[in-house]
Amino acid sequence: MLVSTKWLSEYVNTQGLDPKDLGEKITRAGIEVDAVIDRSHGMTNVVVGYVKEKVKHPEADKLNICQVDVGEETTQIICGAPNVDAGQKVIVARPGAVLPGGMKIKKAKLRGEESNGMICSLQELGIEGRLVPKAYADGIYVLPETAVPGESVLPLLGLDDIVLELGLTPNRSDALSMLGVAYEVGAILSEDMKYPEVNYTESDEKATDYLNLKVDAIEENPMYIAKVVKNIQVKESPLWLQHRLMAAGVRPHNNVVDITNYVLMEYGQPLHAFDYDRLETKEIIVRLAEEGEKIVTLDDQERTLKSNHLVITNGKEPVAIAGVMGGANSEVHDGTTTVVIESAYFVGGSVRQTSKDHNLRSDASARFEKGVDPNRVILAAERAASLLAELAGGEVLAGTVMVDELDKTPAEVVVSPDFINNRLGMKISLEDMTSILSRLKFDYQAANGLLYIKAPTRRQDIKIEEDIIEEIARMYGYDEIPMTLPVEESKPGGLSSYQAKRRQVRAYLEGAGLYQAITYSLTSKEMSQKFALETAPVTELLMPMSEDRSILRQSLIPHLLEAVTYNTARQADTVALYEVGSVFLGETESGLPHEQEHLAAVISGKWLDHSWQGEKKAVDFFVLKGIVEGLMDLLGHSSELTFERSVVDGLHPGRTASIKLAGEEIGVIAQLHPSEQKARDLKETYVMELNLAKVLDKEVEALYYAPVSKFPSITRDIALVVDSEKATGELQAIIQLSGGRLLKNVHLFDLYEGEKMEPGKKSVAFSLTYFDPERTLTDEEVVNAHNKVLKALAEQAGAELRG
Amino acid sequence: MEAQLQQLKEEVLQKIAASSNVKELNDVRVAYLGKKGPITDLLKGMGKLPAEERPKMGALVNVVREEVTTVLEARMSLLQEQAINEQLEKESIDVTLPGRPVKTGNHHPLTRVVEEIEDLFIGMGYEIAEGPEVEKDYYNFEALNLPKGHPARDMQDSFYISEDILLRTHTSPVQARTMEAKEGQPIKIICPGKVYRRDNDDATHSHQFTQIEGLVIGENIRMSDLKGTLSVFAKKMFGNDREIRLRPSFFPFTEPSVEMDISCFKCGGDGCNVCKKTGWIEILGAGMVHPNVLEMAGYDSKKLSGFAFGMGPERIAMLKYGVEDIRHFYTNDVRFLSQFHRTEV
Repeated sequence: MLVSTKWLSEYVNTQGLDPKDLGEKITRAGIEVDAVIDRSHGMTNVVVGYVKEKVKHPEADKLNICQVDVGEETTQIICGAPNVDAGQKVIVARPGAVLPGGMKIKKAKLRGEESNGMICSLQELGIEGRLVPKAYADGIYVLPETAVPGESVLPLLGLDDIVLELGLTPNRSDALSMLGVAYEVGAILSEDMKYPEVNYTESDEKATDYLNLKVDAIEENPMYIAKVVKNIQVKESPLWLQHRLMAAGVRPHNNVVDITNYVLMEYGQPLHAFDYDRLETKEIIVRLAEEGEKIVTLDDQERTLKSNHLVITNGKEPVAIAGVMGGANSEVHDGTTTVVIESAYFVGGSVRQTSKDHNLRSDASARFEKGVDPNRVILAAERAASLLAELAGGEVLAGTVMVDELDKTPAEVVVSPDFINNRLGMKISLEDMTSILSRLKFDYQAANGLLYIKAPTRRQDIKIEEDIIEEIARMYGYDEIPMTLPVEESKPGGLSSYQAKRRQVRAYLEGAGLYQAITYSLTSKEMSQKFALETAPVTELLMPMSEDRSILRQSLIPHLLEAVTYNTARQADTVALYEVGSVFLGETESGLPHEQEHLAAVISGKWLDHSWQGEKKAVDFFVLKGIVEGLMDLLGHSSELTFERSVVDGLHPGRTASIKLAGEEIGVIAQLHPSEQKARDLKETYVMELNLAKVLDKEVEALYYAPVSKFPSITRDIALVVDSEKATGELQAIIQLSGGRLLKNVHLFDLYEGEKMEPGKKSVAFSLTYFDPERTLTDEEVVNAHNKVLKALAEQAGAELRG
Repeated sequence: MEAQLQQLKEEVLQKIAASSNVKELNDVRVAYLGKKGPITDLLKGMGKLPAEERPKMGALVNVVREEVTTVLEARMSLLQEQAINEQLEKESIDVTLPGRPVKTGNHHPLTRVVEEIEDLFIGMGYEIAEGPEVEKDYYNFEALNLPKGHPARDMQDSFYISEDILLRTHTSPVQARTMEAKEGQPIKIICPGKVYRRDNDDATHSHQFTQIEGLVIGENIRMSDLKGTLSVFAKKMFGNDREIRLRPSFFPFTEPSVEMDISCFKCGGDGCNVCKKTGWIEILGAGMVHPNVLEMAGYDSKKLSGFAFGMGPERIAMLKYGVEDIRHFYTNDVRFLSQFHRTEV
């Protein structure tokens, strides 16, 4: 809502406040002033000029040489506008003027001819093109003949004004009118209101003799009134009315349309003017449209109606979509002599649905949607009639054509001052409260320790006690509210054990060198199930904004890979990322998808940097595997953790393992398939994804200390020759099982395959640690245990000791 | 024999002086003072001397031996010190060479902000509540006093899955769910999480973003408690000398509703580019829980009251760290992420 402070001061005394200060007061009281706009943009030296003479420029077809009387002198100005002519009063920017775009006007020569200034369009004075009257949209603006050469044009065009731009929240639709804003400002400044003047004499003829009215949809339209005004003359509106509309963001058309728009802005009550003769039938019937019925609206669009759209008809066909837009067939035109002014109460929900269906939002629909003041329907119609009599020479027919079943009783709220103070944590006196209610022009009675309040119908947001609390508090000032902390039984706060563990997982991964990434949950159909640990029916948006963001993901890996590609393309040597986020699987009983929190990681590029010490190492499977092992150790699951070869689409078939805890699959770790790497422009890239929720929800044994022994341990190294395909994990498992209770640790310290080995064989070396916490082991005991291990290795894995 | 001894002494002292390292000197010791050395031989040869000369000679030999030993030991400690100095010399390094880097990652800046806020409120007795990102229309809107037909819940603004299910547009449904689950008991929670809106991604909009909200419900929770709590938050998060101010606003789920500004942490309120010359920065929305919201969750709004507040970690991170484009948070450029490594203040 754009509020001209000059216009506003007609209804309320703004006490000569600087508009900036006024804006600040309005903001602090509850309606945010988004901008304070100086319509003059600081312009000076822009005056009225009289074009005495116009001749073609000898050197340029499109330029005219004008002799312009600017008051103190007559001076030559070159003008390129197509509509400039001798005899016009025009806007002249004199040398020294600075225009809103930053253009500085200087004396100049155009194709050899002197030019002492510029004849301006309204756009050049900072008025948006969409607001400039159509007649002047493509040229200079022509002022009325009464303009006096040499005088500043700013007051003439209403540009000596400051406009407040209000950012209205949906509850404050009362401020969608100048009167509503005036009430608010009056309450803030403790000033009274002045209503606009309604002053016309009715003719002897009765409106009801001219027009029949019937409302066949009383639920959607509980009140409809019409005034008939005849003998009007359609012409340009007076300048003051035009510039007020432009200040409010409305384009002037002609006096009839301008008056309906002016009253809309003034009262917040949308009006519509029909050409009476074009209605043809002398009848208005309001009804719901027939399914598929058609109407051409004022914007020359043919629109197909649905059966829940409310229309105004002439008894035969629609002449307007109620509350949204008028029809072209009944539009006021230059030759119109009699008009019907419609003022109605259309129910918000109905208008909202209709305007949404036609994707057509207007100043009118915006107000109906939020609910107009039932008590202004008649006032606004009378104000329009008064202006039509004054500015269009109209003759207002006696009486009003009316259907009225609208409930206009104000909302009543009963609230105790104690309740107000308790909720606010304040001690506002009853006098202060009632003084605020008076300033707000709320009817109230104080009795029995209670306030009985009748909220004015313009304030449809006031319904319950809490609404009154807000009114009192905002007028009293939020700065006055003291600062306290809740008084309550003190309880420790904290993280759940799941949340605490998740934080430790993050810290561990970051300590291991991975950065936390956050990627989008929405992805494409193609990527939604790629690399997924588990797939289930996907969760798809009804109306996606793009194919790329249309389905919820079932794996975190695809978007992490996108990040790796992004970083690699920008010369990152190493990319190591992890993400904790939800995947969305199938549907639970409640109809919502099953949301599972996953952890995924990707590493690509170098792991150890090339340093002056000479080491350099690319990432590999075992870097990522080590991170997973460390993580499971952190979470107390290392003894249950196993890795098993597996195959997953898009992953390297020889370098993929499923991650299992106590035999249950909880994740996958792999190298990306070389063809996937190539498609993404990546070097060797390793990925991992875990069902984090499952891991974190798993029970963990209590942490219990094992005494640190005084006794030494004994270490034996063995080098084994086995078939190349033999998994080392299997050998390790055999050692662990056969080593007995004295075997405390098995460590693989060497692996060799190559020239020195027989083809198809490899050498694996383990270091075995034997230990008894109670005593020093004898040589014999160790030899016995060790021999069992060697025997088991030979029998179960065909392993020979390497000579 | 005496002359022989003198000659021997001269010889040893010469050899000692000539030794240039510990090993050579040790060789001298073994050669002359050892069991098979000439001095021992001399002592052994004393048997041939007449008995009366023996004590005199013996004493003489011992004097020589002691003299030689003293000189040798002095020489030895000198050579040992030299040896250590040589070793230290050899082992010296260029301490200005770079250290071996410890490679670590770090939190995403949004997680950093969220955890900072979580911890701050945990210290005031709050718990962290989480909920689903795909939500029922009921919890996302209806239970929050946004009945069907309310303009704020247009299909235009939300990603619907079906008529009744959508991607949550705020973390408030977690509040609604918590209230339902607590069955009338007091509540003190912080709800962080991802939310989704139908917006085209640009410098200031993201179809996916983060929210963090707080909810307190109890007996006689007052608006002054909200103001006090927000002030503690503002000071801890943005510095001890931060002032706050509340401005009336509107949210369907709170009444009264406010927006909170803090005095600009960059200019202190004088006006700069961060606060757009106003001295104040809008940080969050808040209010007293609307009685309809309380009643729908089964709370008696005459007996219990509450406050709620909510903010965007993206906005806070953008203000705090001067990030100019919201898309940076979702691009995961390592050059961006790695900047949020160190401690602040």
